[in-house]
Amino acid sequence: MASTTPQTIIEKIWDEHLVRQHEGEPDLLYIDLHLVHEVTSAQAFESLRMTDRKARRPDLTIATVDHNVPTIDRSLPNPDPLSAQQIDVLRENCKEFGIPLWDIFDLRQGIVHIISPEHGLTQPGMTIVCGDSHTSTHGALGALAFGIGTSEVEHVLATQTLTQSTPKTMSVEVTGTLGRGVTPKDVVLAVIRKIGVDGGIGHVIEYRGQVFRDMSMEGRMTVCNMTIEGGARAGLIAPDETTFAYLKGRDFAPAGAAWDEAVAYWRSLTTDEGATFDTYVELRGEEIEPHVTWGTTPAQSIGISQAVPKPEDAVSPWARETAERSLKYMDLRAGTPIQQVAIDRVFLGSCTNGRIEDLRAAAAIVKGHHVAATVKAMVVPGSGLVKQQAEREGLDAVFKDAGFEWREPGCSMCLGMNPDILLPGERCASTSNRNFEGRQGAGGRTHLVSPEMAAAAAIAGHFVDVRDIK
Amino acid sequence: MRQVTTVTGNAIPLNRADVDTDQIIPKQFLKRIERSGFGEFAFFDWRKDPDFITNDPRYKGAPIMLAQQNFGCGSSREHAVWAIEDMGVTAIIAPSFGDIFRVNCSKVGLVTVELPHEDVNYLISRMEELPQTQIVVDVASQTVSVTGTDWKRQFAIDPFVKHRLLNGLDDIGLTLQHIDVIAEFEATRSTLKPATTAAFADTVKTP
Repeated sequence: MASTTPQTIIEKIWDEHLVRQHEGEPDLLYIDLHLVHEVTSAQAFESLRMTDRKARRPDLTIATVDHNVPTIDRSLPNPDPLSAQQIDVLRENCKEFGIPLWDIFDLRQGIVHIISPEHGLTQPGMTIVCGDSHTSTHGALGALAFGIGTSEVEHVLATQTLTQSTPKTMSVEVTGTLGRGVTPKDVVLAVIRKIGVDGGIGHVIEYRGQVFRDMSMEGRMTVCNMTIEGGARAGLIAPDETTFAYLKGRDFAPAGAAWDEAVAYWRSLTTDEGATFDTYVELRGEEIEPHVTWGTTPAQSIGISQAVPKPEDAVSPWARETAERSLKYMDLRAGTPIQQVAIDRVFLGSCTNGRIEDLRAAAAIVKGHHVAATVKAMVVPGSGLVKQQAEREGLDAVFKDAGFEWREPGCSMCLGMNPDILLPGERCASTSNRNFEGRQGAGGRTHLVSPEMAAAAAIAGHFVDVRDIK
Repeated sequence: MRQVTTVTGNAIPLNRADVDTDQIIPKQFLKRIERSGFGEFAFFDWRKDPDFITNDPRYKGAPIMLAQQNFGCGSSREHAVWAIEDMGVTAIIAPSFGDIFRVNCSKVGLVTVELPHEDVNYLISRMEELPQTQIVVDVASQTVSVTGTDWKRQFAIDPFVKHRLLNGLDDIGLTLQHIDVIAEFEATRSTLKPATTAAFADTVKTP
């Protein structure tokens, strides 16, 4: 749809997927790709059965198992009968509704947000949804991608569309360059710290500026992944040469003449000169330090050189009250330098930081060292292919030699739906995305960090500035 | 979806901000494949504290919940909505809601009402002091009022959500009325976009 008024990339993708627009009703958007996993789909399929409806486009749908899968020897039965049942139910549903499933023994199995880009299913300009809030990950390739609930999963299965109110748009610009040891994880934690966990409500974010232009595809995925932690359902980055180079040759990417045609279209997916956003946020790359969260929301973070903040310094009575509760839960005292905080566990993985580059970066820190005697550390690759690649590069040996456990792919301890959980009171340096109370296990205490910072903390037994090591 | 015109009764004053869906329904209960019965697990960890508000018998069975900003943030799990619904709550009043949670509520007939901070604060203090206070959420007139007082506030609501609430209309049924328009759109869709059919094949190739 040609438009004379300058548009953001968000508006362009929106307009191209507009099936129906009617006064007083939300827009009806077409969905190019629907990702399905075991936890949020069972009730949707059951409801389709009850209403005698079919899946309209199983050919635009793909399923995998990730949340519930054990990360130890998979030839053993699933230790949790409820988890096993949920996985069985997905198998049966995929069979009945004709949906391809990358099952537990398939090399392509993995965390849904890792496997779709990895196989080139995620492409610029697409609309992508999944019953999972971290669907925002796919925005890294210039797709409009967001998490939905089970009712919406059913809606997409039945109609391949979604009713959506027009979102507001937010420009998050990070200018300049990042310092040594500062990673995409630190950038997104800094952004969330600035806008707050509710700053993005009602918005779709476009990440702009030199820092994102210079960032690898995998780093962009880390940033877009955590968009939801700032309250926005979707966040994206305009496709560029980095995106095209990443996609070329992948299983589901166009090939031959179709590739050239696709790239020509993808190049049009940028925000026009003169287009305006509803909200603007700006950060300077040079000012971002390696970050550690100290509280129970992803916005409660500090630079590694800083101390746990005092609640009385909080910007509002709300922030103060929340900070007091967080400190109590986290068993931390205000004023303690974060580098003095000792940890019990390290979790390296998740849809935020479970890709090959993350494992390489952590392995580079770990190599030649050993995990502290007081720490239990594990690596959970994001997919079967990530695991295979890491093993080809010998990263598994680096981790195992250092005392890390090397596991099978899945969501694992990011949310602890499988047996990988923190015990009450355990403190974990985690590369995942949520430090909510009990997220990694009831009573567990989560500090979100980059893979490099997690690796460094594993060796030292407490948080350290990764810039002092490199 | 169930029809909701008015919700009348007392309210649970959950005076917290940024209540995430992990707190509303922890992960261990997401393994259930049923749609009902989540209420007894709502706020499972917070409920272990005997002083937590939902343990207070004076608010038992209240059809309204009051909370602070960004209620329902985090995970997209609709189980959080089902859990609150199963507690007997039909309307939640807060200064703001997590986007996915708010949409999930609108699909099952749980009314989300956004009111400014000072109004939510007023209602919370009043419910804390006088637990039998009757609040009326009226969807048609888009108002919240306190019975026996002249306190009344207007709230905004998406006109389509309002229409569906007042008539108990199923979202999918409404969209399927436009199935021809969807088919027309599909006919003009770019052939460059990927299909997942090849995923059935047992091959892996990487660049």
